[in-house]
Amino acid sequence: MKDQLTKYLMMLGDNAMILGHRLSELCGHGPTLETDIALTNISLDLYGQVRSYFQYAAELSGEGVTEDTIAFLRKERTYLNVVLLEQPNENFAHVIVRQFLYDMFQSFLTPALMRSTDERIAAIAAKSIKETKYHLRFSTQWMKRLGAGTEESKSKIQAAVNHLLPFTDELFVMTAVEKEMLEQGIGPDLQSFKEDYYIKVQEVLEQAELSLPEAAPRVVKGKTGIHSEHMGYILNELQYMQRAYPQMEW
Amino acid sequence: MDSVSDPEIPVLTVLDLGVVRSVRQEDKKVFVELTPTYSGCPAMDTMAADIDIAMQKAGYETEIKLVLSPAWSTDWISEDGRRKLEEYGVAAPLSESLDKRAIIDGERVVACTNCKSTNTKMISQFGSTACKALFQCDDCLEPFDYFKCLK
Repeated sequence: MKDQLTKYLMMLGDNAMILGHRLSELCGHGPTLETDIALTNISLDLYGQVRSYFQYAAELSGEGVTEDTIAFLRKERTYLNVVLLEQPNENFAHVIVRQFLYDMFQSFLTPALMRSTDERIAAIAAKSIKETKYHLRFSTQWMKRLGAGTEESKSKIQAAVNHLLPFTDELFVMTAVEKEMLEQGIGPDLQSFKEDYYIKVQEVLEQAELSLPEAAPRVVKGKTGIHSEHMGYILNELQYMQRAYPQMEW
Repeated sequence: MDSVSDPEIPVLTVLDLGVVRSVRQEDKKVFVELTPTYSGCPAMDTMAADIDIAMQKAGYETEIKLVLSPAWSTDWISEDGRRKLEEYGVAAPLSESLDKRAIIDGERVVACTNCKSTNTKMISQFGSTACKALFQCDDCLEPFDYFKCLK
């Protein structure tokens, strides 16, 4: 049970961390100063959530495990984030669509976690929900702005939607860990808000004058540790300092 | 505590900001409960360290604990803190509904900290820190930060 809870915390934390890392890659490279600052601020919020989850996971894990060893010293197969969030920053449209699809998911998951029987998770969720609302506002506005913008912005964001939306199916897959959490009342049944999620996504796509792609869902298994090729490159950069200079601190 | 300020908004003390949840003293030891503003706020560690240093100077040992629940809200900024913010050039947070109108609908409701006109527009939803948005006044042209409502 303790092991499963630790894994669950890693799942929640890894999602925030990998997306946070992708956004951090844009620091100093955003398309405009304002969006650069916005995306890196969102990254900062996500890393704050990561720390809360990993500090808790470290306490459960005992001797020698810290938030840093959890973040930096695991092997690829033990990272449990969804494959959607590993997808690279191809262009600004990809960044926004990936963010939007995740923020919308969080806007369902986080309120559910606030009702968790685990008080610590409920507290972290109560803290995160306020930030999630801001993130969702930001990404939704850009969905609409790009979708209803120029011919070029429309074609780019539609391409990003076509590529990324099929990955969202994984968000709702109930792994063994999540089933156990559901039994304990710690985590929600993800299937329970799947339909509402896609209704909301479609609403925004319509407002953004974009169409829902008909592509079949991508069957990916990031949540059980099977990642896309991108993950190796992410970890290479993310773990570099700790691998090169073990236990170094700022 | 009155001498410990927010490193990003130095006119506000940690008490003005409302992040000190509780303080308890046992002999020469002081237990402080702090709550973060935003989860990833890098100023939190600095505030905790500064409280520790201030207490040491006063001859006390400290034990600082971060508490997440209930989550911090901009309502916890003191009246005095709001006044200091405005004087410093940061517009204090509006009510939740007015905040939405300013940030989402682009309505001109945030008063300029320089000339008090509400003929202002949002430049960027995120400003110099995660908790602020960047605004500009169309009357006096002054750019200024607005402390976003967080509830």
